[in-house]
Amino acid sequence: MFWRMIFKTLVRQKSKMLMIAFTVILGVSLSTAMMNVMLGVGDKVNRELKVYGANITVRHKDAALMSDLYGLTEGLGVNDKFLYEEDIFKLKTIFWGFNILDFVPMLDGKAVLSVKGRAGVIGEVSLFGTWTEKHAILSTGEELATGLKTLRTWWEVEGEWLDEDENNSVMLGKNLALKNKIHVGDAVTLTNNGVVKNFIVKGIFNDGGTDDEKILMNLSAVQELMNLNGKISSIEVSALTTPDNDLARKAAQDPKSLSPDEYETWYCTAYVSAICHQIQEVIRDGVAKPVRQVAESEGTILNKTTLLMILITILSSIGSALAISNLITASVIERSQELGLLKALGAYNWQIALLVLIEVMLTGLFGGILGYFLGIGFAQIIGQTVFGSYIEIARMVILIVAVILFFVTLLGSVPAIRYLMALKPTEVLHGK
Amino acid sequence: MAEKILELKNVSKIYGSLKALADINLSVNAGDWLSIMGPSGSGKTTMINIIGCMDTPSLGNVILDNVDISRENAASLTRIRRDKIGLIFQQFHLISYLTAVENVMVAQYYHSMPDEDEAMEALEKVGLKDRAHHLPAQLSGGEQQRVCIARALINSPQILLGDEPTGNLDEENERIVVDIFRRLHDEGVTIIIVTHDPEVGDVAQRKIILEHGKIIDDIDQSATFGEALKLKGK
Repeated sequence: MFWRMIFKTLVRQKSKMLMIAFTVILGVSLSTAMMNVMLGVGDKVNRELKVYGANITVRHKDAALMSDLYGLTEGLGVNDKFLYEEDIFKLKTIFWGFNILDFVPMLDGKAVLSVKGRAGVIGEVSLFGTWTEKHAILSTGEELATGLKTLRTWWEVEGEWLDEDENNSVMLGKNLALKNKIHVGDAVTLTNNGVVKNFIVKGIFNDGGTDDEKILMNLSAVQELMNLNGKISSIEVSALTTPDNDLARKAAQDPKSLSPDEYETWYCTAYVSAICHQIQEVIRDGVAKPVRQVAESEGTILNKTTLLMILITILSSIGSALAISNLITASVIERSQELGLLKALGAYNWQIALLVLIEVMLTGLFGGILGYFLGIGFAQIIGQTVFGSYIEIARMVILIVAVILFFVTLLGSVPAIRYLMALKPTEVLHGK
Repeated sequence: MAEKILELKNVSKIYGSLKALADINLSVNAGDWLSIMGPSGSGKTTMINIIGCMDTPSLGNVILDNVDISRENAASLTRIRRDKIGLIFQQFHLISYLTAVENVMVAQYYHSMPDEDEAMEALEKVGLKDRAHHLPAQLSGGEQQRVCIARALINSPQILLGDEPTGNLDEENERIVVDIFRRLHDEGVTIIIVTHDPEVGDVAQRKIILEHGKIIDDIDQSATFGEALKLKGK
């Protein structure tokens, strides 16, 4: 009889119930979309933030020490300490290797610059060698495509980038080129310790930083010029990371201070400190350090994005609860004679409240299921529009949405239930 | 001597400065048929609400089946009403989306357990077996009131309480309903009816007249009981 009454009520009040279901669909779809985006957004936001460059730098431990202790960035004890180029691909073998998106070796040097067709030399200039583009197949079989081009997306380049292994061309920083009136297509000569090499200026880049005073060359060309085959000064790494928390900050100071459980949690989470720790395990003599500004900005933006999504979810839930509350209360007031009659026939308050609640919950369930799938669609639209990729569907969202839906419909039903409790059969049954 | 089924002792109902009922004393024996009459505002509905366990008196005691229910809470009154009272309303109050038999079964559901066969029997008693699967909107006013009577009777209440049960009926249907009451009375059901209609009031065994919350007349109609029925049944 109970279910017969429920079913017939739902059918009879289908327009009102559809309004409630529609409200639930809106609320649940928004919550589902926001939560799926929120849970999948970490990597997406991180990928977006990678346009701001590397977030980890690996240097020789002695050079890093000199820098930490004395603030030295060049000179003895810094410029003569090198990492090994052959180690660089080991970055992809660490526990969080999949999170290492891009990396490039850097070799700093100095050479005397002269321009062909001009008398005399310009003087000693700084230069750095790297991979502008690099394609390789790792020992794991994974294909790798990286290079400075993907790490310096903000560079404005006049002319062209150096091709992979293009060793007879260079790119000049904008300031250096302007100061010395060097243009794309000019021929220049670089001399270092008796090694003389001729190059064509293929491009002029504008970094907006100190690199604008330097010459960029392919790594092997610099190694040859500096007579430092197989050596590199540092590695710039761009990695997907998880925002730091107390555990990450504690570990960053000293991983040995962690308990075994804490260590396992930290090691198996993509904190920047954990990734740095793992990089140091594979790069000989290397010390990996986060580029704090970038890493912290990523964490801050990620946290704020997550907070925004949570706020939208909460507000949409509150909105749904209020709308449901109005609709249910209106429905119950309209049915007060019928519900008063049930009381007169011997129904307890809780039995009538249960009847109304089940009606609302069933309607909510119907709306919730539709809303969930609609929300997944919204999440994909957001993923495609904002991040250019699909958002992975998190199963836990189903549980969270179910709990939210339950409490939203329950809270939305409270005013109606209160009205029901106070309803006296005598007030609605003697209308004449 | 018949057993007392209901007793009101010095019952008053006070709303602010208004006394809807003032010091009412009334006894009803099991199997009696009592009419309560009086002008609007005389306290008829208040009295039926108190007897029907839908309200409590401000003062005095209500003894129903030897139990004082004057100070019971709402849940207890609901239980007592469900077990002992059958209610009939002037406006029928059938649930519009349930069929006649389902409307009867609702009362069963909240009393014990719905039983469609039993509900059909109750409808048969009021002559509506063939209309059992019709919705209220498909029934005439008289038929709706008969469904309401079947619903009131389905749980075998000790008192059948009617609030203007013929108030919305034409003469033909009024006669049918009164005839049902007569049969129920013959079966020993206690009937208490509030009515404006003197003819309906006159067919009862006993009639009380209320005015300004007080019983101003208590008329024993036993002597003319049969005649009145005959008049109605002509």
